[in-house]
Amino acid sequence: MQPIITTKNVKLSYGSFEALHDINLDFEKNKITALIGPSGCGKSTYLRCLNRMNDLIDGVTITGSFKLNDLDMYDEKTDVVELRRKVGMVFQQPIPFPLSIRENVAYGLKLNGHVAKEFIDQRVEESLRQAALWDEVKDRLNDSALSLSGGQQQRISIARVLAVRPEVILMDEPTSALDPISSAQIEDTLLALKKDYTIIIVTHNMQQATRLSDKTAFFNLGNLIEFDTTEKLFMNPSKKETDDYVNGKFG
Amino acid sequence: MDEIKDRLLKPSKATHEDQRGKFISYLSIGLIAVLVISILVFITIHGLAMFTQNGMKISDFLFKTDWNPGKKLIGALPMIVTSFGVTLLSALIATPFAIAVALFMTEFAPKRGAKFLQVIIELLVGIPSVIYGLIGLAIVVPAVRTIYGGTGFGILAGAIVLFVMVLPTITSLTVDSLKAVPRHYRQASLALGATRWQTIYKVILRAATPGILTAVVFGMARAFGEALAVQMVIGNAAMLPQNLTSPSATLTSQLTMGIGNTIMGTLPNNALWSLALLLLIMSLVFNLVVKLIARKGRIK
Repeated sequence: MQPIITTKNVKLSYGSFEALHDINLDFEKNKITALIGPSGCGKSTYLRCLNRMNDLIDGVTITGSFKLNDLDMYDEKTDVVELRRKVGMVFQQPIPFPLSIRENVAYGLKLNGHVAKEFIDQRVEESLRQAALWDEVKDRLNDSALSLSGGQQQRISIARVLAVRPEVILMDEPTSALDPISSAQIEDTLLALKKDYTIIIVTHNMQQATRLSDKTAFFNLGNLIEFDTTEKLFMNPSKKETDDYVNGKFG
Repeated sequence: MDEIKDRLLKPSKATHEDQRGKFISYLSIGLIAVLVISILVFITIHGLAMFTQNGMKISDFLFKTDWNPGKKLIGALPMIVTSFGVTLLSALIATPFAIAVALFMTEFAPKRGAKFLQVIIELLVGIPSVIYGLIGLAIVVPAVRTIYGGTGFGILAGAIVLFVMVLPTITSLTVDSLKAVPRHYRQASLALGATRWQTIYKVILRAATPGILTAVVFGMARAFGEALAVQMVIGNAAMLPQNLTSPSATLTSQLTMGIGNTIMGTLPNNALWSLALLLLIMSLVFNLVVKLIARKGRIK
């Protein structure tokens, strides 16, 4: 099957420090891929290359090829804004804007120039349902999103990304700031979203990686050590480094 | 043993220092509180003397337009209108500039641009108000005269001078409130496919609104209380302003002009104290508004 995202020979440096060394990694459509590894291994940095969020940092140089289907992500002619609409991102901290729940979810739609109220209302409901939040907030869509709990706020952040209908959703440790119950709800949400979206998730929690992902990539010190099906990588890794990490010998 | 017990039961050197420090700070707080209260009481007593001793009516003071305390005419409306006129107009002109400069300093050029502009803003704050007045007299008044006719003195000239004077206040407070907007908001908005400009006006300015309003009110308080520079360009005629370029007088300019020419305890003097009381009440109102905005911003 043709992968949705293909990356080849990816190198990234902050100034003269090279943080990613020659990464080759492909992502399949409608699968969840987990990126794991110890802190500072480059997994988040790599993830942020996939919707060009690293462009915002001064002094970063990125080389290599990034393809979303046939689109060259780093081509001069590529519209970054358009790319980010296709590759959405959910961050570690829930980040509701200081707007109402409805306005939060509709934010991306309005950026796209959608103004028809019925269309927006319908998309907001759909996205909130997909994020498993509709039943909890349907009676108070006009309340401030800041009044929600942490787990709900994170699902708002997810719904906000879903409303734009991206092809790929990047998640940078989306549950690490949440309690176990909220995390479990988010995980259920992600599993349900798999049929419509391709999800790439960075996580520190190895159990979470095994519960969620179809494939897992293990990073260490800026290198991609091993990439395989999640089952193989955790049960029968081919590299000793991977084995040590997934069995808790370091990291 | 007895010696150790003795020593433990006596207050140590550190305890003494602690008590002394506490005493000094409470003393300072007490002194300042007494000072503030005496100023309030003093001005209130003098400000009310016109109504209690000279038998003037408060409604005449607030709503009549003829000001000549020597002849028992104490209508302060012209000064009230002019004061609010220059204040609102200068804030209205200054706010867009302040927001633009603040956005440039925080969003567009947070490194070199911000440093350079910071120096300029500090410089603007440091210039004495008499210099602003002089420049206003030498440049703004003739310019207004050439463009709009008349004498050139009036609310417009005053507002233009005040605009430059309140700009740094509003700008630096706006910068603070923009800096307080969490960095995450920018990232989250950009990650949803927003352009930088969309991020600024849909999220950042929205989140910073209470802070920006506070900045504007602080700027207005400064404009309302400024005396010297305004006095030099306002024309100093205690008449209800006909338009933006007719000579007029503010509460502050009337005070500084008149206070040297009256005798303590007479009606003309008491009338000026009433103007001072009005100024004081207005600055308390500005403070209250700031507090209210801050409280509302927190709940959101």
